[in-house]
Amino acid sequence: MTGLQDSVWEGDIQQLKGLVSERALSGETMVLNMGPQHPSTHGVLRLMLELDGEEIVSCVPDIGYLHTGIEKSMESKRYEQAITMTDRMDYLNPMGNNLVYCLAIEKLCELDVPLRAQYLRVLLAELTRINSHLVWLGTHALDIGAMSVFLYCFREREKILDIFEMVSGQRMMSTYFRPGGLWRDVPEEFEPAVRDFIDYFPARIDDYERLLTNNPLWLDRTQGIGFLSAEDAIRLGCTGPVLRGSGVNWDIRKAIPYSSYDHFEFDVPLGTHGDIYDRYLIRIEEMRQSLRIVRQALDNLPKGPVRSNNRKYVPPPRSELGTSMEAVIHHFKLWTEGFRPPKGEVYVRVESPRGELGCYLVSDGSPRPWRVHFRTPSFIHLSALPHIAKGHLIADLVGIIGTIDIVLGDADR
Amino acid sequence: MGLTSKLGDLGVVTVRLEDAVNWARTRAMWPMLFGLACCAIEMMSTQASVYDLSRFGMELMRPSPRQSDLMIVAGRVTRKMAPVLRQLYDQMPEPKWVISMGDCASCGGIFNNYAIVQGVDEIVPVDVYVAGCPPRPEQLIHGIITLHERIKQERITDWA
Repeated sequence: MTGLQDSVWEGDIQQLKGLVSERALSGETMVLNMGPQHPSTHGVLRLMLELDGEEIVSCVPDIGYLHTGIEKSMESKRYEQAITMTDRMDYLNPMGNNLVYCLAIEKLCELDVPLRAQYLRVLLAELTRINSHLVWLGTHALDIGAMSVFLYCFREREKILDIFEMVSGQRMMSTYFRPGGLWRDVPEEFEPAVRDFIDYFPARIDDYERLLTNNPLWLDRTQGIGFLSAEDAIRLGCTGPVLRGSGVNWDIRKAIPYSSYDHFEFDVPLGTHGDIYDRYLIRIEEMRQSLRIVRQALDNLPKGPVRSNNRKYVPPPRSELGTSMEAVIHHFKLWTEGFRPPKGEVYVRVESPRGELGCYLVSDGSPRPWRVHFRTPSFIHLSALPHIAKGHLIADLVGIIGTIDIVLGDADR
Repeated sequence: MGLTSKLGDLGVVTVRLEDAVNWARTRAMWPMLFGLACCAIEMMSTQASVYDLSRFGMELMRPSPRQSDLMIVAGRVTRKMAPVLRQLYDQMPEPKWVISMGDCASCGGIFNNYAIVQGVDEIVPVDVYVAGCPPRPEQLIHGIITLHERIKQERITDWA
């Protein structure tokens, strides 16, 4: 490896001018490095902290340790091929990433999606939300010092992953959504498996709450910590549970419904204090609400196809290939050169477990996207981190990193 | 056993030194708590209740490289992360082993681009590669057992 030594910082403190306060330059406060290898930075986040004793004076995030070039790589792949990249972006929300990208393509091509596919998308996206919140709850509690919650959360998470594996063949990187619908219909075992989960899970959420909600140690570490006012949350561009924790009622599933979310009844939990504890309560309640949506979607799941009939964008089913010459031509064209959406640009947003996930897609009429950009909630929330962390004790920083629920793959892409 | 061992009469067990040392090394191999990307979530699943890595004496993940024996490179290694990874590896005390978990760490996976190191073996020596994107916990456990088997084959002459 070249440049290995170059990266070890040997400069003097004056180089940090502008990033840290004047007091740090004179040696009055201490500059401390945290990460990128740290057990509670949720991946490879690096923070430069300026400390006055134990109090955080300033905090500068250094990201890019997981920059994967996903947006650039997507430009060299055909629209359908690039779906695999979106899974690996926010790896706790693979179905949600598939969804926003497919919705963008569908908006660009004006492609219709059968209702059954829309319902299944909602169902799977909500299971993904539960899955993501379970990982969040487990690791957040682990950071603050409650070990056992992690073990319970991952036990339930396995059940969701089994369902994902059942429909797509993969536990995490499912790549199950396609422009115009889904890869294929769900198998027969799907419905009983989801019903089992719906019956089983509510009691488990109560278990987590019994462990944490009234636990005096948990209250001490979370109440009044990581405060973010509603004005600041809006000003910093926060969305999702971070924004709702401060009491702002903004959920894209309600405000700008997509993929038939307006067919479902659910509540949007709101916080009042804007601290870690409120955001914890919100995410717990969101799991219950997600379960409600899953139940409704399963009860009202319409029959019918799961992919659009528009053969210019969606390949014909295999059964047609033996009987229809036209189907063979479409099949050949789609798998050799892909489809060509009209020229234009679209922006589509969905509510990911972390907040507003947007996809900005520019097409120049070729089979490959000209530009794909993702507006990822983790990146925006990370820029709010210095504001939230200021003035807190360094011991509370791990709780604050946990409460904004960042995924570094989402922030760096 | 039972009463005789309580009386202190343990008998004598003869074993080759290398077998005893190799056995000890495989029974409590502490991995470094070091996740990079998606594979780290599967590594956490492997640690957690269903797959329970403590069956292999590996439940104790050490956040410090100074206390760890095994580095599981779980996820894509970016060019920015590569020097950090090498530094962590250098800080681990001998004997140390590396498992490259997942396609990205093993060969770059689907990310053949400017940002990703095309295989972590460009930076650190890898003992076992685990395929998959991400590998299932069973696959990681298989990789770990493969490493254990390999360590048990080590001869005293290799240690020098």
